[in-house]
Formats: sequence, structure tokens, C-alpha cells
Amino acid sequence: MNILAGIGRSFLGILSLIGRITIFASLAISHLVRPPFYPREFLVQLGYIGFLSLPVVGLTALFTGGALALQIYSGGARFNAETVVPSIVAIGIVRELGPVLGGLMVAGRVAASIAAEIGTMKVTEQIDALTTLSTHPMKYLTVPRVLAATLSMPVLVAIGDIIGIMGGYLVGVTRLDFNAAAYMTNTLDFLEVSDVISGLAKAAVFGFIVATMGCYHGMNSGRGAQGVGRATTSAVVSASILILASNYILTEVFFSA
Amino acid sequence: MIEMTDVHKAFGSKQVLRGVNLTVQSGESMVIIGGSGTGKSITIKCILGLVHPDSGQILLDGKNVEDEERDAFLAKFGMLFQGGALFDSLSVWQNVAFRLLRGSLKRPKDEAREIAIEKLRRVGLTPEVADQFPAELSGGMQKRVGLARAIAADPEVIFFDEPTTGLDPIMAGVINDLIREIVVEMGATAITITHDMTSVRAIADKVAMLHGGKIRWMGPVAELDGCSDPYVDQFIHGKAEGPIAAVR
Repeated sequence: MNILAGIGRSFLGILSLIGRITIFASLAISHLVRPPFYPREFLVQLGYIGFLSLPVVGLTALFTGGALALQIYSGGARFNAETVVPSIVAIGIVRELGPVLGGLMVAGRVAASIAAEIGTMKVTEQIDALTTLSTHPMKYLTVPRVLAATLSMPVLVAIGDIIGIMGGYLVGVTRLDFNAAAYMTNTLDFLEVSDVISGLAKAAVFGFIVATMGCYHGMNSGRGAQGVGRATTSAVVSASILILASNYILTEVFFSA
Repeated sequence: MIEMTDVHKAFGSKQVLRGVNLTVQSGESMVIIGGSGTGKSITIKCILGLVHPDSGQILLDGKNVEDEERDAFLAKFGMLFQGGALFDSLSVWQNVAFRLLRGSLKRPKDEAREIAIEKLRRVGLTPEVADQFPAELSGGMQKRVGLARAIAADPEVIFFDEPTTGLDPIMAGVINDLIREIVVEMGATAITITHDMTSVRAIADKVAMLHGGKIRWMGPVAELDGCSDPYVDQFIHGKAEGPIAAVR
């Protein structure tokens, strides 16, 4: 009976957490369209989340594109299909690997940082101070971060896609003896607008998830250094899991027909 | 005037406030004393609406604080937090002028900066401090900046949460004097939470002792030393023996 009770408690705990996160995300969305707005905070976050994540996303895309080209070439050689390298690299990067790996890297960098910053603000009473200064913490802290992440992730992933395809191109041309012009032609011929749009839509969702998880766990951080540490870990873990789960759902929505 | 009537608050199974009744007249400096964990901070947070009481009523000038429009309501208050609670990412003047840079009290940036520098001067800090960041300041300077922020918008009511904790005796004396001067000068109502009996004597018009989630004793500061209540006597003289358990 104790085991069953334990399983029940865990299950209820998970349901309760999902409910709390859903309410938090709904509140964040509702505050997005209600004044006051804090454009300066938004621009600061746009720079931090968007611009400063570019090296991480770019390097991830570059090496992933290169490795993907090698993998597809060696796998395709088993049934004489080496020529599909450019198109598979492009589709793989744009549809899946660009948004998912970009999302996971940004989750590691941004969700952790947001949770640590807001968690520290909470334990040092800065969140209470904001409230006493007539400033809603959700509007001042959460909305600029969520909006900045949701808008900047598609741009980051678009740049990452180009860099990833370039990674595949460099490996294809220098290591696998592809003709440079033919590689580019194959890439562009097989890539469709819907591939790009689906990837960017995923990126926007992942950006929303990353910032929302960072803010939620920061705002609900426990006391002291340990509490902030746990909030940081929870933010990264939950953002990563939600990115992978929502990626599957979005892929079903976009491509299952 | 602030009136708390039969205010209760529990966190889970832990009952923190068990019927607090407290009246603070306008322009009066009330100091709440009591052991750690007796609910002093929660009392202040209930008045500010940071924590919602389970039952009871809190009135500000006869109006229920729960019914007030939040922005206008909070504009009447200033608060000095125990650790300062300064925003790390903002410079000192931006911290002080925080309320003047946004919301209903928004002023032009230059004017807000001027007011911030004036408030910094009022708490004994030079204009050079204005462009520094909180992390560059000592604990005493951070407290002064927090005090400047609390008074920046000339509030009607100011809360001081452990204003001298962590400061050396001289700096604690400076902060106590500043609080007293500012409260008298502004004619503001002040509620201070402290364990520091020197602060109590320097700041208070009236003293209330919170124990067991209720106001145990309340009276003018002049009557504090002659108080016959054994709880008050033990607390103000720091005796290990008495009705208040040393281990809580």
C-alpha cells in the first residue's frame, strides 16, 4: 500500500506542477498584451538572450552540419545514395536539428541564467521590493524575458540553419569531394518553404518554453544558495524535456498528414 | 492611520499570526519587537498586501487595504528591506529613482536623477555614489541607499525591516538618527521591526511586542523599561531565563 501511495503522491505532484506551470504561462501571456510595458527591459533581454546566444547556437549548428554530412555520406554509401547528402543535411538541419539543438543549447545557457537571476532576486527580497515600488514582477521580469526569447529564437535558429548547412557544405566540398555548385543547387532544390517555416515556428515555441521555465523556477525558488541551485537545475531539465516533447507534438502537427 | 483587527495567517500547519490587533496613528513611529519567527515581517507584509491574511481586517485611513487600487495604494508606502534589496543590475541613482522612472509617479529622467541625488544627499551620501552599482558599496552605504529609495517618492507610511542588522554600532547609530530625523521631517507614519533595543529607544514613539502570533504588550517607549510584563522584561533585557523559550 505504501508503494501505491507513493506512486499516487508522485503522480498528483506532477499533475499539480503541470497545473502551476500552465497557470504561470497563461498569466505571462495575459500580461504580454496589458500595459504597462517595459521596452528597455525587453531590449536588454533581446540582447542577452538573442545576440549573446549566437556563438553557442552557431558553433552547435556548424559542427552538427559537418557531422551530419559525414554520417549521411557513410550511411548512404551502403546503398549508393551518397548524392543525397546536401538535401538530407539541409532538411535535417532546418526541420529538426537546428531548432532542437539550438533550443537545448539556449535552454542550458538562458533558462539556467534566468532562474539563477530571478531566484537570487527572490531570496534577497528584490521581488518583494519590486512589488512595494508599484511594479508587477510578472510584467517587469517575466514578460520581457518571455517575449525576447520567443522572438529571438526563430532569428537565432534561422542563422543557425544557414551556418549548419554551411558546415555540411564545407565538409561535403573539402572532405567528400562534392562539387561546390552542385552541392548548393541540390540543397536549394530540395528545401521547401514549409521546411523553413516549421523549423522557425518550433524555435518560437522553444524560446517561449525556455524563458517561461527559467522565470517559473526562479520565481518559485527555495531559500538560500541550495534553493537557487535547485531552481537552476529544474529550469534546465524541465525546459529540455518540454522542448523534446513539444518537438514531437509539433512534428506530428506539421508533417504527419 | 493603520488598523489591524484580529489578523490571522498560517503557512500550512504553522500558524504565524493568531489574531493581531494593532493601531498606528498617522505620524506616529511604531516599533514592533519580538523574537525571531514570531511573525513581525509577516505583519508588515500583510499590511503591504505581499501576503494575504487568512482572516481579519486591515484598514488604512479607514479603507480596507484589499479593496484599494494597487498602484495608488502602494504609492503611499516606502520600505527599507533588511538586506537593502537593491537591484544589482541598476546603478544607485536608478535604484533610488526606481518609482520615479515608471508607473503613475513617472518623471522625466533628468528630474528623477536630480531627486535621487537629493535623497542620497539627505541620507549622507555624495553625488559621486549615484553612478556606482550596489555591489560596489559597503553594507552601511547600501542601507542608506535603501533608505533613500524608501523616501524617494515622499511616502505617507514607511516600513523599516531590521534597519540596523549587520551594521557596526556607529553605523547603526547613524541609521537610527537618520530614520528618526526623516520620519519627523516628513511627518510620515513609520513602522519598524527590530531586535535592537538601541534602535527601539532611538526610533520609537510607541512599542508593540509580538509574541505567539499576538500583540503581547503595546505602549509608549517611555513605559517600556517600567513594564511589568515578564515577556517584555525578558526580551528587552536579553535574559536567557524567563517565559520565552530560548530554543524555538
